[in-house]
Amino acid sequence: MGRLEGKVAFITGAARGQGRSHALRLAQEGADIIAIDICEALSENTYPPATEEDLTETVRQVEALDRRIVATKADVRDFAQVKKAVDDGVAQLGRLDIVSANAGIGGTPHHSEDIPEDEWKNMIDINLSGVWRATKAAIPHLKAGGRGGSIILTSSDAGLFAYENISHYVSAKHGVVGLMRTLALELAPDFIRVNSVHPTTVNTLMVQNEGTYKLFRPDLENPTQDDFAAAATTMNALPIPWVEPIDISNAVLFFASDESRYVTGVPLAVDAGAAIK
Amino acid sequence: MGRVEGKVAFITGAARGQGRSHARRLAQEGADIIAIDACEDQPNIPYAGATEADLAETVRQVEALDRRIVATKADVRDFAALKAAVDEGVAQLGRLDIVSANAGIGVNPLSTDEIPDEVWKDMLDVNLSGAWRAAKAAIPHIKAGGRGGSIILTSSAAGLRAYANAGAYVSAKHGVVGLMRTLALELAPDMIRVNSIHPTQVDTDMIQNEATYRLFRPDLDHPTKEDFAPASQTMNALPIPWVEAIDISNAVLFLASDEARYITGVTLSVDAGSNIK
Repeated sequence: MGRLEGKVAFITGAARGQGRSHALRLAQEGADIIAIDICEALSENTYPPATEEDLTETVRQVEALDRRIVATKADVRDFAQVKKAVDDGVAQLGRLDIVSANAGIGGTPHHSEDIPEDEWKNMIDINLSGVWRATKAAIPHLKAGGRGGSIILTSSDAGLFAYENISHYVSAKHGVVGLMRTLALELAPDFIRVNSVHPTTVNTLMVQNEGTYKLFRPDLENPTQDDFAAAATTMNALPIPWVEPIDISNAVLFFASDESRYVTGVPLAVDAGAAIK
Repeated sequence: MGRVEGKVAFITGAARGQGRSHARRLAQEGADIIAIDACEDQPNIPYAGATEADLAETVRQVEALDRRIVATKADVRDFAALKAAVDEGVAQLGRLDIVSANAGIGVNPLSTDEIPDEVWKDMLDVNLSGAWRAAKAAIPHIKAGGRGGSIILTSSAAGLRAYANAGAYVSAKHGVVGLMRTLALELAPDMIRVNSIHPTQVDTDMIQNEATYRLFRPDLDHPTKEDFAPASQTMNALPIPWVEAIDISNAVLFLASDEARYITGVTLSVDAGSNIK
């Protein structure tokens, strides 16, 4: 008996990286999946975009676990798209219990005063407002089930403290904590729990790219992954440079399952101790 | 395959309540147990202490799960007794991976300026120094294993915020957070993780007694459990008066397991949202 047997989870940014990992981990424990991803390039990112092939691969991997998945190309900046994808998914899969609002971008580092207006707006629109839209589309279905539910918002260590040169990212991720706490209060009477996860650096394309390497190693002209690893390790208390997507997925699973049935309003760092350094 | 298969866990206050529940839950997932409890009435505490018969019942329940357990009557105020119990347990069970510093005493409600010196000292000696002594006795064994480990300190919602008329308890439980963070930093190089758990009211003898009822219902001369429940519920965001011991055990299990292999330095509330109210 899986830890999420019979439940349905909605995951944003599910084409690859953490989102795909969450889909697989929750499916392993018995959940069916509603998946969305933009599957398109975002100009301010310094790494290659997820593609429709990536999303198809997530579908293949979930189906290989004998679970159902309804996957849609949709952008968290567009509420109508998000709502339609969730509505379709619930129509096909019959219910909704879990939300993983995971979609996010890394953006490009700048001093705060140098961030272009469009980059600031897009960061907030995806990493904060996109999280809100995912919950807004899901909440009516969670409430309609009458069985409670669990919403997990992906914030960041940058949602708990600041890093230089990414104030748009830091502001959006701090905002996610405020959204999480407000939703937790509003939805508690319906036994819908809302928590956030706060990863340190995760080993995905969002950080494994030259833009992030330069953010961490402004001292080098062409920093490599090894140069980045050394700098990333100094952020963490545990002697590791980054965590893996599965580590975030296991935290999402804990929050999603009934083992945390009375845990709500909690920001959980999965950060190798970066927050206490 | 259990989630803590082949590991050994040391649990203080294991004769009943949360400690017994932790022993059972970890044993269900494959761990052997080193258990201690003072098994005595505690001075200045408004409810009966655990007994040797209680500890024997914990032994029976763990053995019924086909796990081994080494149980010793020992008081967390006495480092020598604690050390002897842990050393003996490791000698018999072969290793140590997990510590649940759970032993604690409850509140005899008094305004902080009226707390007698011996009441204050007892509270700090058990609820804060006892957690330190448990860690101190265990750390050499965890380090000797060279496999890392997980130490879980039981704090309280009162470790993150204050409650009137529980000044000694609130101070001790806040102190546990400082101890947790310091240990997390010190032990990170050895991949030994240290986290704390912050329950709201848990349905055990420690709170189901008239002194706790009076703490929550100072308006009544002889408050009952039925008077306590609605007052207790107003503290929580979720519409429940208290959580069960198993809810804390599931959080201990998560932090103890490799699913949390990179989580350290975290204060995990299991509090029905009381920290955000």
